Amino acid sequence: MNEAAITDLITRLADDALIIAHRNSEWTGLGPMLEEDIAFSSIAQDKLGHAQALYNILHTNFGQPDPDTVAFTRNEAQFRCCHLVELPIGDYAFSLIRHFLHDAAEWVRYEALEQSTVVPLAQLARKIKGEIKYHLFHAKTWVVQLGAQGNEESHARMQSALNETFPLALGMFEPSEFDGELAAAGIYPGEGQVQQRWLELIAPVLEQATLRMPLVEGADLAASYGGRKGYHTVHLQPMLNEMAEVYRIDPAAEW
Amino acid sequence: MYGNLSIVDTPAGQQAADDPELLAAFEARIDRGEKIEPHDWMPAEYRRQLIRMIEQHAHSEIIGALPEGTWITRAPGFKRKMALMAKVQDEVGHAQLLYSAAETLGKPREAMIDDLLSGKSKYSNVFNYPALTWADTAVIAWLIDAGAIINQHTNAKGSYGPYCRALARICIEESFHLKYGYDNVVTLATGTPTQRAMLQEALNRWWGPIMHFHGPPDKVSQHTEKLVRWKVKMATNDAMRQEFLDTYVPKIWELGLTVPDPNLRKNEETGEWEFSDPDWDEFKRVINGDGPCNAERLAVRRMAEEQGRWVRQALRKPNHAYVAPLS
Repeated sequence: MNEAAITDLITRLADDALIIAHRNSEWTGLGPMLEEDIAFSSIAQDKLGHAQALYNILHTNFGQPDPDTVAFTRNEAQFRCCHLVELPIGDYAFSLIRHFLHDAAEWVRYEALEQSTVVPLAQLARKIKGEIKYHLFHAKTWVVQLGAQGNEESHARMQSALNETFPLALGMFEPSEFDGELAAAGIYPGEGQVQQRWLELIAPVLEQATLRMPLVEGADLAASYGGRKGYHTVHLQPMLNEMAEVYRIDPAAEW
Repeated sequence: MYGNLSIVDTPAGQQAADDPELLAAFEARIDRGEKIEPHDWMPAEYRRQLIRMIEQHAHSEIIGALPEGTWITRAPGFKRKMALMAKVQDEVGHAQLLYSAAETLGKPREAMIDDLLSGKSKYSNVFNYPALTWADTAVIAWLIDAGAIINQHTNAKGSYGPYCRALARICIEESFHLKYGYDNVVTLATGTPTQRAMLQEALNRWWGPIMHFHGPPDKVSQHTEKLVRWKVKMATNDAMRQEFLDTYVPKIWELGLTVPDPNLRKNEETGEWEFSDPDWDEFKRVINGDGPCNAERLAVRRMAEEQGRWVRQALRKPNHAYVAPLS
């Protein structure tokens, strides 16, 4: 099996988890209510753990550096995260819609990865899925609450956040040159199939939230691609600089 | 994390006298070591002082999340990033517990937040100082949390049931923070010369606020004998400061760090620690709004309140009446 295909897949998953964890943690102390501060922090901690575990697979099984080195010393061109996770937290409506769209995709991915022929990845997927279940439950509850059971303003804010976020969300499924190979080897079904299942998962929730899915039959929405090839938004490198500010004082030191 | 128990405000005007029979029964219960619960009769002054105290404690937790919270995004390595996220999350959780405890006395959370933002209600003075480097977060997590544990352990023996129960839970989490802070401090103290220097500088910066933490000396602190009798105030500021110094100064010295006070020593005859008088004028100035970060802390909190208002309004059910929670 082509090792590059597997490491590319795991790097994408890990980088998404690390960057979204970092972004979600930025709500600490700033949430619309204390309970949401706490929820976003819990979710961030889980996702940081997922990133670390995925980098650990790369370290243990594929000869890559340790998780700290991988996470804290690479530059943006070496990252394979999608654009969706890179954006600053913005308004709560954006962070919530991102949380919903992103975690629904994670759910679909890890559900598929449970069957992966890469054993350590399949084992980890089972563990991670148990946590994503609650992340998605949290996201769905709030999306429906603010979409359908709030007021006119909350509905409008949610709909416009959804409209703005959707092209970025489609960027999560940027096709990979390894898709065919990964599917044939029973490692991962490929981004096309994952995107299809994702649409099926989010559609009934958006309907329940009385929100209109921006992707309509026949319309061509430009997906925000490039992240999986190392081309990123202007937000990633400054975030990485901030993340590594202390670590880079002395990367050889123990912190 | 919380200190400043000493900020006891004096009643604005003469309050209606409490029924002497009810008051006697209330005081007898406290003497017997019983806890007072939300629906029990209590003197108006007891209620007022407790709301003020628990509310200030809750504010201290959410404001206290800010100086350390800004370092979550810069924490070096997975281990520290994860631990700091969890630690600051705990502090926000403490605020939630404490606002609930204060709400049992009849003041809604929104009203408490309003009083924080208007400056009417105070919070612990230490959070008006900046965390300039990563080492500052280590010193805060170790020594400020240590000071808070002494304060909170003492208050957990107080008379108001919901506050005591909240404090018991808070103290368990705070002792983990202290372990985290100490581990972080030891790593820096035994690390590279740069790390060590960073730590010593942070300790120098924080020593003043740490000495202020338990409030002005008893000889000038205005607290009433009644609050002690009602077990609202449980220990003197000086006693708590002595306990802090006795436990932590030897540990600081053991790490080869110095304390920026040439007069700090334990008097073996009296068993008491002697130290230079911290600048109590600065303490008063900072409490009254003129510290390095007062404006910034409240501005951040105000921004969060304003930006999140639409979310809270969308949750509001006009037909639901406010009910104080039971704790």
